[in-house]
Amino acid sequence: MATVHMHGGIGESIKRKEDARFLHGKGNYIDDLVLPGMLHMAILRSPHAHARIKSIDTSAAAAKPGVIAVVTGELMAQHKLAWMPTLSCDTQAVLATDKVRFQGQEVAAVIAESKYQAEDARDLIVVDYDILPAVTSPDAAKAEGAALIRDDKDGQKDNHIYHWESGDKDKTQAAFKNAAKVVRLHTFYPRCHPAPMETCGCVADVDSVTGKATIHMTSQAPHAIRTVFALVTGLPEQNIRIISPDIGGGFGNKVPVYPGYVVATAASLLIGRPVKWIEDRTENLISTGFARDFHMTGDLALDENGKMLALRVHLDSDNGAFFADAQPTKFKAGLFHIVTGSYDIPTAHVTADGYYTNKAPGGVAYRCSFRVTEASYLIERLVTNAALEIGMDQADFRKKNFIRPEQFPYTSATGWVYDSGQYSKAMDVALNQLGYDELKKDVERRRKNGEVTGIGIASFTEVVGAGHGADFDILGLRMFDSAELRVHPTGKAMLRMGTKSQGQGHETTFAQIVAEELGIPAADVAVEEGDTDTAPYGLGTYASRSTPVAGAATAMVSRKLRDKARKIAAHLLEAAEEDLEWERGKFYVKGSPNRAKTIQEIVFAAYTNLPEGMEAGFEGVHYYDPPNMTYPFGTYAVVVDIDKGTGQVKVRRMVAVDDCGVRINPMIVEGQIHGGLTEGFGIAFMELITFDDEGNCIGSNFMDYLLPTAWESPKFELGETVTPSPHHPLGAKGVGESPTVGSPAAYVNAVIDALSPYGVTNIDMPVTSDKVWTALRGAGVTE
Amino acid sequence: MQVNLKVNGTEHSDDVEPRVLLVDFLRSNLRLTGTHIGCDTSSCGACTVLLNGEPVKSCTMLAVQAEGANITTVEGLAAGGAMAPIQAGFHEEHGLQCGFCTPGMMLVGEALLERNPSPSEEEIRWAISGNICRCTGYMNIVKAIQHAAAAKQAAAKAPSHAAAVAGGQ
Repeated sequence: MATVHMHGGIGESIKRKEDARFLHGKGNYIDDLVLPGMLHMAILRSPHAHARIKSIDTSAAAAKPGVIAVVTGELMAQHKLAWMPTLSCDTQAVLATDKVRFQGQEVAAVIAESKYQAEDARDLIVVDYDILPAVTSPDAAKAEGAALIRDDKDGQKDNHIYHWESGDKDKTQAAFKNAAKVVRLHTFYPRCHPAPMETCGCVADVDSVTGKATIHMTSQAPHAIRTVFALVTGLPEQNIRIISPDIGGGFGNKVPVYPGYVVATAASLLIGRPVKWIEDRTENLISTGFARDFHMTGDLALDENGKMLALRVHLDSDNGAFFADAQPTKFKAGLFHIVTGSYDIPTAHVTADGYYTNKAPGGVAYRCSFRVTEASYLIERLVTNAALEIGMDQADFRKKNFIRPEQFPYTSATGWVYDSGQYSKAMDVALNQLGYDELKKDVERRRKNGEVTGIGIASFTEVVGAGHGADFDILGLRMFDSAELRVHPTGKAMLRMGTKSQGQGHETTFAQIVAEELGIPAADVAVEEGDTDTAPYGLGTYASRSTPVAGAATAMVSRKLRDKARKIAAHLLEAAEEDLEWERGKFYVKGSPNRAKTIQEIVFAAYTNLPEGMEAGFEGVHYYDPPNMTYPFGTYAVVVDIDKGTGQVKVRRMVAVDDCGVRINPMIVEGQIHGGLTEGFGIAFMELITFDDEGNCIGSNFMDYLLPTAWESPKFELGETVTPSPHHPLGAKGVGESPTVGSPAAYVNAVIDALSPYGVTNIDMPVTSDKVWTALRGAGVTE
Repeated sequence: MQVNLKVNGTEHSDDVEPRVLLVDFLRSNLRLTGTHIGCDTSSCGACTVLLNGEPVKSCTMLAVQAEGANITTVEGLAAGGAMAPIQAGFHEEHGLQCGFCTPGMMLVGEALLERNPSPSEEEIRWAISGNICRCTGYMNIVKAIQHAAAAKQAAAKAPSHAAAVAGGQ
């Protein structure tokens, strides 16, 4: 339809190029891959949160028909693979050798001819455990006499992992002394899970003759994984090939290296046949990719006029049994110190302590740029609570304290340099769209009638698009990214990048950047990612970094080739280079628009009719290391109605105004926002991974871990402002995570605003009906 | 155990263990990998197929239970190379992102439109509430099914228009 006729440049909502294969059931997800001679692996997991392994008997399993091998930690240890490094420079057990440290930990693996045979045999492995006391919270971890979880680590005497600080302690303390008012919020951002519809998995295929290890895996960062594998296994890096096929959603779950990948690869190496490992849903929820689990206390100091003076924050982080957070190595609590948010707060001091517990490791950034979500939640909740406490309107209080447009670039109290922002403008668009003034009167009217209703606002600022490489890395690998553009003689192009789409629509968006910058229609640009043998090195897709980093690389490589095109055009047109003008898709001689050469003619000449001395071909590559992060922002506003009888919260309206700079494909951007607002809704009201005192995971399947369906999910009203990033070649900032980062606080603020007449100041997420009901009953509300 | 069934119009006969799930039969035995496994507990709907026209979750049904049934999977939606209206609707309205839930969503949408050619938004949301999408937030899926409904109705009217024209001659 419209697709065919559109050039597909920046700002056009062209339909997605990648859709067809998914619509025909011809996607290429990991579990769809079948290789000749392929075996299947099933992992035996610990039923206990903390226990010493006395013995493992694999004889009955090994004797089952179809079983090729049973792998234990002891066997892995013989190959020095029983432990592996984590993304936070700790160690993690691949298969347990000494103790199990969380329920669901990998203990042994069966490799068999079929999936059913592998699972049957797994159930016959007998493990004798000595059960130890489980530690299930930071408070329990630091208590005197708490069981020592990491007795494998030399010098580790307790369960403390790290202490980390940011900001200015003395200046902040002084500011608090002079404050007219201090507002405190203690809140827990609970453990939740990205739960992409496709679980994690791999097919490891080690060629026993050449030694080449080809590992097809659900990875958001295939190149980084290749290098990690080389370092861990000692295999030469040119003999490792990571292929990320189509990925059925990632949201951070598919960034780390998980034990299953390592065991499958080792098994393929030892057996000489391909080995497939696919998580089931329970394995996914209990062992890979948890997020959040931050216990946070924030204090906000105000003067007598409601101006913010200082912010003090402490957090205890529950990291699980291995410190395996996916984050830059320099920042122990990720980018949490963006916690001053959208506000001009003169001074701040942030302290963080991490603790081992008997819970799954990971700490992935679930649709989040390394703990920005927790930070944004805390400040936006605290700001609404402060406004309610001093009796100022939530919006007015925010506006009074926003960083003003003329203050950019703005250096925050914890050292971030914000690139650009117009916070009041975004808020005004949201409030107008909402009809805020009328709505506030309506809320008053309804409350007089006994209804429980409220408005919540969140004006978030994110920090995304890592790096610059000097500060941001994965295990020392700088967070740059790349684009390689090859244009064939007929003017059709192949673009390859170091990122990896998991549904974000890269095949369309990045083709549009080439269409804009080099004039080749988007339909003529094939985009390929995920194969480390063919794609240029990059750090992958997470932290909303693809458009800020690889998108910039795509623009830069297109511009490099445009420079070459100018030289060729000058040769073909027999004109001086400086006399040529560029109009998307062609060069023409100034003043003579008919003397022109199209990009297709120019590219053909690059292979057939070159200027003397010029290198043939029309290809380029660019590695982009951004000068700064980008800072998307926006205002989200939510209206809720609460049923007094049941505590049920209904989202009546949700207005979301995002400013992510220049939008490449507005349709795709809006799709991202819809999805993120829904995940935010799930986190605010439904999603919870919790544990009982013995460390049993409650939330281990989709009947307990609740995801929003079409029935509960709100309808969203979107709006936008555009404040380009001054340092990005296209002015784009990235958007994938803004809605998940910004929306939970907006939803919860609406509930707290609704309950504020009853003296309720906090309910921790997920805000379930029973918690709201209990709060109402606590305030004496009956019906 | 012998199982005989028809999938996307083609008869299949195979010897399977009685415990083999329908989804595994479709994916492994018939190599129809457009039907996905998302949760194993009937919660997510990624494995939805049509069994005699009705949506079922193939992860919670044995292959042998489908004896004699007529099954439609995502691979059976398109007629020849052309996309069916439900597929075109998802493409036009950006009703998919990662694509993993999409086959199940489309099949539920298809079944809904068969019994209710012009469903309301609420009816669509209720119909797809057994299928989870983690990417789209559902708004564009609702639009995609509405788009397909409109296209189907337009197509249904077109032949009668042609017939009327022919009759008038």
